[in-house]
Amino acid sequence: MKVQSVKKAFTAAVPHTIPIFAGFWFLGLTYGIYMNVSGFSFWYPMWMSLTVFAGSAEFVAVSMLLGEFHPLQALAMTLMINARHLFYGISMLERYRGTGLKKFYLIFGMCDESFSINYTADIPGDVDKGWFMFFVTLLNHIYWFTGATMGGIFGAVIRFNTKGLDFVMTAMFVVIFMEQWMKEKNHIPALVGLGISLCCLFLFGADNFIIPAMLAILGMLTLMKKSIAVGVMG
Amino acid sequence: MSLMQKIITVLMVVAGTMITRFLPFVIFRGEKPTPGYVQYLGRVLPAAVFGMLVIYCLKEVNVLAGNRGIPEWISIAVVIGLHKWKRQMLLSIAGGTICYMILVQYVFA
Repeated sequence: MKVQSVKKAFTAAVPHTIPIFAGFWFLGLTYGIYMNVSGFSFWYPMWMSLTVFAGSAEFVAVSMLLGEFHPLQALAMTLMINARHLFYGISMLERYRGTGLKKFYLIFGMCDESFSINYTADIPGDVDKGWFMFFVTLLNHIYWFTGATMGGIFGAVIRFNTKGLDFVMTAMFVVIFMEQWMKEKNHIPALVGLGISLCCLFLFGADNFIIPAMLAILGMLTLMKKSIAVGVMG
Repeated sequence: MSLMQKIITVLMVVAGTMITRFLPFVIFRGEKPTPGYVQYLGRVLPAAVFGMLVIYCLKEVNVLAGNRGIPEWISIAVVIGLHKWKRQMLLSIAGGTICYMILVQYVFA
């Protein structure tokens, strides 16, 4: 009985992760190749994709490893790059409740993609939610790990025209944004996120806009609590 | 950097990532109900975050130079159109991505 419900959750999870498979193999390969050409053996992308599992931080870590030894700077930098995970955690507090020991892995593997799928997926009523989210996270982790490791091993010989394949991630987030949009009655939070991020991108530039955008989103949603709460809490 | 220093640097990146992921769960742990304000944030943040992630993906697009982001705008329109039409996640994502690859490899090469 137990085994069967786990299997069922796995089967339900797989299709949701297929776009991530394409995206992570591409990005993972790119990352592994990048490490390879930066002079690191495949052990680096292999262990880092396994233990960090946060794409943008891993890319930045390459330049950290090439520079001088500044451990606290590395920590501070990672905290800033990954600050958006704080929002994911707040959003998943209820959803990850009651998932037992799996909860640790669910939080450990809560990258942009795992969060987005686990938050938006319509999990069928007869599928165990905890195992479903576990497999989404695990599959994403496996895709990232295998992609990065292969990139690190074969980095020097891989040359094929995948230019533009990274758009798969943009396309996925556009679809997830639309799914969220169609589900909600009040579009203010979505518009706040889109509008403020865009303003901050123009004001602060590509490398520095996330933190100001997060603070402004938080401030705006707090200020608008009274008018928004009517529509979304119930 | 020595191997040990490299390992410490990687561990710092691991620690930084884990802090951002675990912190909310550590602060609001246990069976106590989550404060109303945080529950409110939990409901409204995802929509805002998905908006932020879309912008995040497009952050390197330069509307003033090069191809002016035209491949991106066209491909996003394809994604939206496909998704409004069939509402099949994989179809919308694959359609938009293939469109983008054709545009950047052949049309705007």
